[in-house]
Amino acid sequence: MSQDSVIQANGLTKTYGSATAVDHISFEVGRGEIFGLLGPNGAGKTTTILMLLGLTDISAGEVSVLGFNPAREPLSVKRRVGYMPDTVGFYDGLTAADNLRYTARLIGFRVLEREKRIAEALDRVGLADVAEKRVGTFSRGMRQRLGLAEILMKGAQIAILDEPTSGLDPQATAELLGMIRGFKAEGVSVLLSSHLLERVQSVCDRVALFSSGKIALMGRVADLGREVLGGGYVVDIEADGAGLAERLALIPGVSGVEKTGIGKLRLHADRDVRPEAAAEVVALQGRLKFLGVQEPSLEAIYTRYFEAKKPEQAVQEGARHAA
Amino acid sequence: MQREGSAFSGLGVVVLKELSDHLTSVRMRVLEWLVVLVALAALYGAIQQIKDTTAEDPFLFLRLFTTSRDPLPSFVSFLSFLVPLMAIGLGFDTVNSEHNRRTLSRILSQPIYRDALLFGKFLAGLITLSISLVTLWLLVVGLGLLLIGIPPGAEEIARSFVFLLVTIIYAGVWLALALLFSILFRSAATAALVTLGLWLFITFIWPVLAGAVAQAIIPPDPRYTALGLQTPGTAELEQILARLSPSTLYAEVVVALLDPTTRALGPIYLSQLQGAVLGAPLPLGASVLIAWPQIVAMIASALLLFVVGYVIFQRQEVRA
Repeated sequence: MSQDSVIQANGLTKTYGSATAVDHISFEVGRGEIFGLLGPNGAGKTTTILMLLGLTDISAGEVSVLGFNPAREPLSVKRRVGYMPDTVGFYDGLTAADNLRYTARLIGFRVLEREKRIAEALDRVGLADVAEKRVGTFSRGMRQRLGLAEILMKGAQIAILDEPTSGLDPQATAELLGMIRGFKAEGVSVLLSSHLLERVQSVCDRVALFSSGKIALMGRVADLGREVLGGGYVVDIEADGAGLAERLALIPGVSGVEKTGIGKLRLHADRDVRPEAAAEVVALQGRLKFLGVQEPSLEAIYTRYFEAKKPEQAVQEGARHAA
Repeated sequence: MQREGSAFSGLGVVVLKELSDHLTSVRMRVLEWLVVLVALAALYGAIQQIKDTTAEDPFLFLRLFTTSRDPLPSFVSFLSFLVPLMAIGLGFDTVNSEHNRRTLSRILSQPIYRDALLFGKFLAGLITLSISLVTLWLLVVGLGLLLIGIPPGAEEIARSFVFLLVTIIYAGVWLALALLFSILFRSAATAALVTLGLWLFITFIWPVLAGAVAQAIIPPDPRYTALGLQTPGTAELEQILARLSPSTLYAEVVVALLDPTTRALGPIYLSQLQGAVLGAPLPLGASVLIAWPQIVAMIASALLLFVVGYVIFQRQEVRA
């Protein structure tokens, strides 16, 4: 992993006076990986991102982005990394294309390459039709897509997205997440932060759950689920057949069977028991209407983890998160 | 620790972008109209007055700038109001608008340093002001030429040109002040109000206050007062205090430049008048020399204000 990692942070710390915003965090992001920094607002996600970009001083610890030190070589880092801040802003009086032109000039692209890259990027995010419209008329979702277009135009190796989905409706969110997956398909590594755990869970390869400046949990969502939620698989089944519940309970690994409705059963097991469950239904000559395994939800993982640690704090954070 | 690359990469791009923003803004339209109206009003007053007094004057052309006719002030006093207002109007939202539009962190995540952004914005503001002031100057010179009908001498043109340069420096001082407050205050309205408040204080209240403060520190000597004279110590202190205001400095420079008979700015001692031909004009070089400390002080205060703003901006958090 360390051979092929694009971001390496080691003991990264940021203090403001006596307050610690980010407290000795360490993580790595691999090439072509989508890595999620998740947690409630004020947990230190944005501060971490700004330190990676060299936009704020690092109080302690080391960080390397594509082999460069953001504090010493900010230009090399910023040339290779695309950043979309939380609620990205553009110059409202300029058109979408002009906004990108300004950025492209700052990066230093020559005029022909500039125009080609801008046209391609706007096309990729579906804004080619409105390229000559003022950004002032754009919706929130269009601005976010323009932010992604900027990263595409830059040809960045790493895309850092701060709260890319906040304030978007479900359809715009889905579109945006689709584009983020597109980055991965091109081999661009993505680091994204969000306080909406369930929305981004589907795109992240690995996540780091932040809590008051520290990384509480880190790893793949499924692994975290097993670790925190007590290693349970939950299989929902909807079928008919006499004595099905009793037969299912006998499958090795099943720890409990629960009736959740007419003809609906929920199995708790320590492994994925879908094949065996299906075989039992067929053996009883029943009709199988639904069979599915529940993916562990980050929300549940997060809540459960902090319930186990500090019941009161978790409730507070849950409330803040809901707000 | 050596920084990588040049602090000025991207400077030209920022200057061009800001300049095009300024030149296409509504604010600039207003400034342009102000320039035209001020030029017309000041010229009208001055020319009426000059026509009435047909005395022989070797520097008739310079009178265009300094002559006033009630109720209109002279062109120079118009400028001393207008220039700070223009500079503050252009500069009060330089940095805080980037914060409020949430564009700052996006722009700073491009491969440029903050230096380029701040310096580019200052330069663009100064260029915009220079364009307006040069236009104004050309308008006044051109219209004056047409209306008076007497071509100005080389000396007069040179003097009025140096006056133009000094006016641009004066604009730079106020632009740097506005820039500083646009860095300090996140709200553009607060920044504008504070800058305007400070301008009012520096320009109108401080000169009055300077006298009071000077008299409090060095009480006037009754022997001088009995003769109806100012106590030298008090007068000197008053002048030192008043010169803390760039408006005072500008007024002094203008007097030295546009009135060639000015021999000194401040109290004159009898020893200085020995051998002097009173009322005789000085050459341009000598006039500039008289005003040189004031000019340097204005440049220095513009630099100082910019540097203070620069240091604060470098340490400021970019997040909104």
